[in-house]
Amino acid sequence: MDNNDDTLIRIRDMSFGYAGRTIFDNVNLDIQRGKVTAIMGPSGTGKTTLLRLIGGQLRPTSGTIEVDGQNVHKLSHRDLYRLRKRMGMLFQSGALLSDINVFDNVAFPLREHTKLPESMIRDLVLMKLHAVGLRGARSLMPSELSGGMARRVAMARAITLDPMMIMYDEPFTGQDPISMGILVKLIRDLNLNLGISSIVVSHDVAETSSIADYIYLVSGGKVVEHGTPDELNASESDWTRQFIDGLPDGPVPFQYPAEDYLQDLLEGTGL
Amino acid sequence: MMNVIRILGRKSLHSFGRLGRGFIFLLQILTGIPQLFKRPRLIVQQLYSVGVMSMTIIVVSGLFTGMVLGLQLFNTMQDFGAEQSVGSVTALSLVRELGPVLTAIFFAGLAGTSLTAEIGLMKTTEQLSGMEMMAVDPVHRVIAPRFLAGFISVPVLALMFSAVAIQGGYFVSVSLLGLDSSVYWGQMQNIVDWDDDILNGVIKSVVFGFVAAWIAVFEGYDAVPTSEGVSRATIRTVVHTSLSVLGLDFIMTALMFGD
Repeated sequence: MDNNDDTLIRIRDMSFGYAGRTIFDNVNLDIQRGKVTAIMGPSGTGKTTLLRLIGGQLRPTSGTIEVDGQNVHKLSHRDLYRLRKRMGMLFQSGALLSDINVFDNVAFPLREHTKLPESMIRDLVLMKLHAVGLRGARSLMPSELSGGMARRVAMARAITLDPMMIMYDEPFTGQDPISMGILVKLIRDLNLNLGISSIVVSHDVAETSSIADYIYLVSGGKVVEHGTPDELNASESDWTRQFIDGLPDGPVPFQYPAEDYLQDLLEGTGL
Repeated sequence: MMNVIRILGRKSLHSFGRLGRGFIFLLQILTGIPQLFKRPRLIVQQLYSVGVMSMTIIVVSGLFTGMVLGLQLFNTMQDFGAEQSVGSVTALSLVRELGPVLTAIFFAGLAGTSLTAEIGLMKTTEQLSGMEMMAVDPVHRVIAPRFLAGFISVPVLALMFSAVAIQGGYFVSVSLLGLDSSVYWGQMQNIVDWDDDILNGVIKSVVFGFVAAWIAVFEGYDAVPTSEGVSRATIRTVVHTSLSVLGLDFIMTALMFGD
């Protein structure tokens, strides 16, 4: 089912938690078609969990998540897998299959879901690898790739089935400046050239702001603020300022909650 | 006292939870097996890495087991003047008990732990999640071929183990200790029954293969996705498979051979 609505993903009153811990509490969020939308927030706020909820790998405790007009968690197994063929996801680790080479990794979705002849698969794979600049690395094994290269191969694999959207999980973490620049350019270019929607989960403020059309700031299970990068840069909210300017103390305290320091030193025993 | 009850309750709930997950997981695997026959390459690859790669250790272990059996039985039975029965007793112990049981336990320690670690690491490195997001069911694509390969391999390996061990017993009792060759084989031919002994032994190894493969893949899939979690999962594979095989062996022996 195609939906002509401009909103590709619609999250309404969504809550999620496990082991007695609330990760999301009545979150509402819209992601527009054809745009780069960033979801930012400190580590451990459930940004990756949000991608897994959108992809149907986790089930919210309440509320709805609609992707392209379909309620992800009401779909049958078959329909969910059909929807996933139109969703690409780039995992933080790349999640490449470690026992096959770069070429076979990129060819994997084509071989699993299509009956294309090997000659056509070869051409398609080389085109995707060329788009990420790694056509020459086709015969390398995943263990021979740097972190940045692994993510580029994963990107090539994510676009193999020409999806309507790609979800990027912390794409810039642990990258050197050159790799970071390449990834920033690729996310923007793929978004423009393929006309897909991109969701970037990250805590790298500068890189993400440079490519995002819209940003959601998430913390403590809530959307704290949202807007264009310029709007967020102009925000006067203490929390937003602390996050964007990288301040060590503020609404998110430097000290992990603990009992009174003096009392702990003078009267405390054991751990 | 309340604490003990609470701990027992928690542990029981945890164990029943795992057992339930294990059975659901097994159902998922079994539903994926018919599709595998359309892609036999996946099974052949796993038969090679699970079965063929275990052959050396099975053959060597079988040889030494047979040699020890031959030596012990010859020395003991000679005291009663019954050394002519060495061939038949060696064969009976092997095809009925030692072949299926030891093969399953060796399989758990070798291929089982390897399967658990491989699947556990695939989970840790998000390869299984990655497959799910590519709309490929990892239980059908990754787990089912490994399960089937384990299930097929154990009975074949058990037969090889018994065959090589019988040769090992022959080498010691006939070639080294001087028992007559025709007595060794003749007694074996007279006593060992195709249905009662060999077929029952094969049935046992089929059951052990099913259990060993199931435990190995489940422990990998259910592992906590950390290095410590995978390490614990491999230990559980060996412990649970060995105990299950020994327990099932007693039950099946009682059913098959108990009068």
